[in-house]
Amino acid sequence: MFRSINNNQSELITIYFEGKALRVQKDLNVATALLEAGISNFRETTIKNENRGPYCMMGVCFDCLINIDGMDNQQSCMVKVSDGMKINRQITRNTSQDEQ
Amino acid sequence: MQLLTLLTPKNMSNFDSVVVGGGLIGASIAYGLARSGQRVAMFDEVDNAIRAARGNFGLIWVQGKGANNPYYATWTRQSAKQWPDFSRELKELTGIDLAFEQNGGFDFCLNEVEFADRQIIMEKMTVDSDDEFSYEMLNNSQLKQVLPNIGPAVIGASFSKWDGHVNPLYLLKALHKAFKQLGGKLYINPITDLQHQGKAFQVSTATTNYACEKVILAAGFSNKTLAPKVGLNVPVYPQRGEILVTEKVKPFLHHPTGYVRQTQDGGLLLGDSHEDVGFDEGTNINEIQQIAKRAITIFPYLDSVKIIRAWSSLRILTRDGLPIYDHSESCPGAYALSSHSGVTLAAVHALDVASCIAKGDSLSPSLTCFSAKRFDV
Amino acid sequence: MSNNEYDIIIIGSGPAGISAATLADHHKARVLVLDENCAPGGQLYRAIEKNQKNDNEWLGQSYQDGLPLVEAFRESHVNYQRSAKVWHLSNDKVVHYSVNGKAHAAKGRQILIATGAQERPFPIPGWTLNGVMSAGAAQILLKESGVVCENAVFVGTGPLLYLIAHQYISAGIAIKAIIDTTPRGNYLRAIKYVFGALGSIKNILQGWRWKREIIRSGTLYIYNISDVKINGVNSVVSVEYCQKGKWKNIDCKYVFLHQGITPEINTSLSAGCNKSWNERQACWTIDIDQYGQSSVKGISIAGDASSIAGGVAAAQRGSIAALNMLCNIDIISSNNREVFSKPFKRKLNAEMAARPFIDTLFRPHSRYRVPTSSNTIICRCEEVTLAQIQESIALGCKGPSQLKSFTRCGMGPCQGRLCGLSVSEILAKELRVSAKQIGYYKIRPPIKPVTLGELASLDEA
Ligand SMILES: Cc1cc2nc3c(=O)[nH]c(=O)nc-3n(C[C@H](O)[C@H](O)[C@H](O)COP(=O)(O)OP(=O)(O)OC[C@H]3O[C@@H](n4cnc5c(N)ncnc54)[C@H](O)[C@@H]3O)c2cc1C
Ligand code: FES
Repeated sequence: MFRSINNNQSELITIYFEGKALRVQKDLNVATALLEAGISNFRETTIKNENRGPYCMMGVCFDCLINIDGMDNQQSCMVKVSDGMKINRQITRNTSQDEQ
Repeated sequence: MQLLTLLTPKNMSNFDSVVVGGGLIGASIAYGLARSGQRVAMFDEVDNAIRAARGNFGLIWVQGKGANNPYYATWTRQSAKQWPDFSRELKELTGIDLAFEQNGGFDFCLNEVEFADRQIIMEKMTVDSDDEFSYEMLNNSQLKQVLPNIGPAVIGASFSKWDGHVNPLYLLKALHKAFKQLGGKLYINPITDLQHQGKAFQVSTATTNYACEKVILAAGFSNKTLAPKVGLNVPVYPQRGEILVTEKVKPFLHHPTGYVRQTQDGGLLLGDSHEDVGFDEGTNINEIQQIAKRAITIFPYLDSVKIIRAWSSLRILTRDGLPIYDHSESCPGAYALSSHSGVTLAAVHALDVASCIAKGDSLSPSLTCFSAKRFDV
Repeated sequence: MSNNEYDIIIIGSGPAGISAATLADHHKARVLVLDENCAPGGQLYRAIEKNQKNDNEWLGQSYQDGLPLVEAFRESHVNYQRSAKVWHLSNDKVVHYSVNGKAHAAKGRQILIATGAQERPFPIPGWTLNGVMSAGAAQILLKESGVVCENAVFVGTGPLLYLIAHQYISAGIAIKAIIDTTPRGNYLRAIKYVFGALGSIKNILQGWRWKREIIRSGTLYIYNISDVKINGVNSVVSVEYCQKGKWKNIDCKYVFLHQGITPEINTSLSAGCNKSWNERQACWTIDIDQYGQSSVKGISIAGDASSIAGGVAAAQRGSIAALNMLCNIDIISSNNREVFSKPFKRKLNAEMAARPFIDTLFRPHSRYRVPTSSNTIICRCEEVTLAQIQESIALGCKGPSQLKSFTRCGMGPCQGRLCGLSVSEILAKELRVSAKQIGYYKIRPPIKPVTLGELASLDEA
């Protein structure tokens, strides 16, 4: 489980993950905020439909991609949270592949 | 002396045919020859060679092709017709799904003049083909019904059910795999010389000579230097095309188009530029920017989609844009093939051209108009 | 000079970048520093200003040492652009970058690439599962946000692994186990470099101290292992390791992997700089001369972006590169370049003395660089396995470019950063040649993914 040990926490704001409200510190990036809230399954891969979440936290691996405010492929370890932000798991799967 | 080198043990490998070049054209022909029961060797260059086969857009494109040359238009349609079986055949043989689709393609018009000109071209192609070719012209609102994301600045588009697309990288891989499965031999070693000797040919790499009855030059730009050694002439020049590739996005574009194509796994290919820069395989930021701008004009929604890679490759062009198919008169058994649309024409190359060569015939009469002699003045 | 023209443009605000910038500014050069992070400090001194306020002393002295550097940088006149992602570097030394989704261009007389390092890929079975992160990621969470993960298993080798574990333990965070993958033979191989390293004995002793304190804390410390893998379906269930021929299991939900760092070479390669294979560090390094000048005129590289030498060396290399660039544009004489760079060179030499020892001791075992189990994922983005790569090699694929087109390996958004090194080494092993002969992916622009909108918005430079 991830948790914060900072003595001076920053102000709390509200973000939504899959519709559920989360209170998070306002100076976190999206990936950190979600991890702290116990969420590590950020997306489903396109080819093998596997679950993925952040790996490097420094903008290198692109495994932390997620849907933010309706836009897919947002690099959540590089984006700060903001009040009212709506975040959803990312599924860019090609449905036509499923039919095969 | 040369005969002696031919007889030394390490030169014992003999083949019915040797294909020089392992790009899309070489691999199609090599596969086709192996399929006709020939003992074939294919020689390809090392990893960082200039390869059009690795840098193309993956369109099986009919509309507009050969608008000024009905033979080329027929040839293109002939390939498009054979593509469904061809892709099935490769899949059955290799297990590789080429992501082939042939449900019609759109070519967008960004202004009124373009739209009017397009209609004239399409009409001419239809007449030339005795109505075998068919098309539709759609205005923006008609287009919107099939492609809801289309931008307001797109005046309209031509649509032809003949067009399709395929993953060109998987095509190349499948051709190589199928070729090997049928007993073909692949050498990663460039051919540096070839000689006509009696009824046979000797082809040489830096280290080894090989003997064969037929030699098929499909070596891209190297054809230019190799062809004269067997009495042929292949005047080709490079033209750079840059293509952008995006991250994967949800499927939204179910037809190939001239500028934008969504691949089966969601990535978009955006193309493409036409630059005369010699053999420079680099990328140019201004060209990339133009491609980006045009893609956004066509589908404004792409504004927020990221490109991952810009790549450039060199088209192999002739002065009139048509292919070169030649059989040598002075050295029978030597062929030279150069064409731009290696994906579209892969089916006819593998099935028709290769079986002609396998039978030992000169190329079929319908192809004589593609001899490079047309450039002799 | 117009608004977007600079004497020196520096990419990266780690120790190398900010040292170079501060020094160049001191000599009155017009300097622009671009970094995609939101504060200066790079990986080593990440969020150092923020942590100063929070008084988080468990980050250790080597971290606090960075404060004066960052403060001097802040006090300079350098134009520092944070959250600026550099995505293109053209031949005429124009740098394209984006801030908040808007593209910009700036032209430099000299360019310094100081983009630092990234963690080496760790392709073992299960490394893509949910719950597996790099140890560097754990450290970033700690430094930047004070977020920790209780009861994780740390796997790998290298000083950073011990440092991060030590930081966790100092902050009172329980670690379930540390599985040390340092090959046993490395200790013997490294011994011959001990004397050379005595000059910077401080660094080495510090490493031992971290390790000793970790062991003393009672953390389960496992070593002399011959293999390791991560089990689970979609998310981690356990880590399994092989010791003396027996497989053993540790149940856990989180695993942090680390086996050293390697230079961020994409930026330099896309600028056309020459690279070499460095056998001791088992990675690609960018060729530079003693001043940091690359094979491309006007482009210099400083810090870990050329080869791994650590943060203190990065600061010296940044300063030396700055002096050379100032000399190139006639702000200082070549004589002064030599005089001014002396103290930096002295300090750099002391740091470099320990490298052969450290590199040799922590050179990761080949089985964790070139996996043996065929369904191990190599390319995380395109989900390409070792088996697929081997199949393509059997088809006649001789290098990274053809492999890329046959398998899509390296074609995803990370642009080969998490598979490129593995691919060079896998091809080398399968084809029985050196990685040097195999080479690396051809790096194409953009350096980092960029939206079409950003590209289109670019004002003609
Ligand atoms: C995850 C991680 C953790 C580490 N932790 C430690 C540690 O605790 N102690 C230690 O001694 N060493 C640590 N290191 C090693 C240490 O980071 C380096 O030795 C040192 O930072 C090198 O300094 P530098 O200036 O060369 O690069 P860095 O400090 O890495 O700085 C490079 C900067 O460039 C920026 N950048 C990169 N690409 C772009 C781009 N395209 N556009 C804009 N900006 C860009 C990055 O955001 C970064 O800020 C760590 C390394 C990593 C990868
Ligand atoms: S976690 Fe690697 S890019 Fe965000």
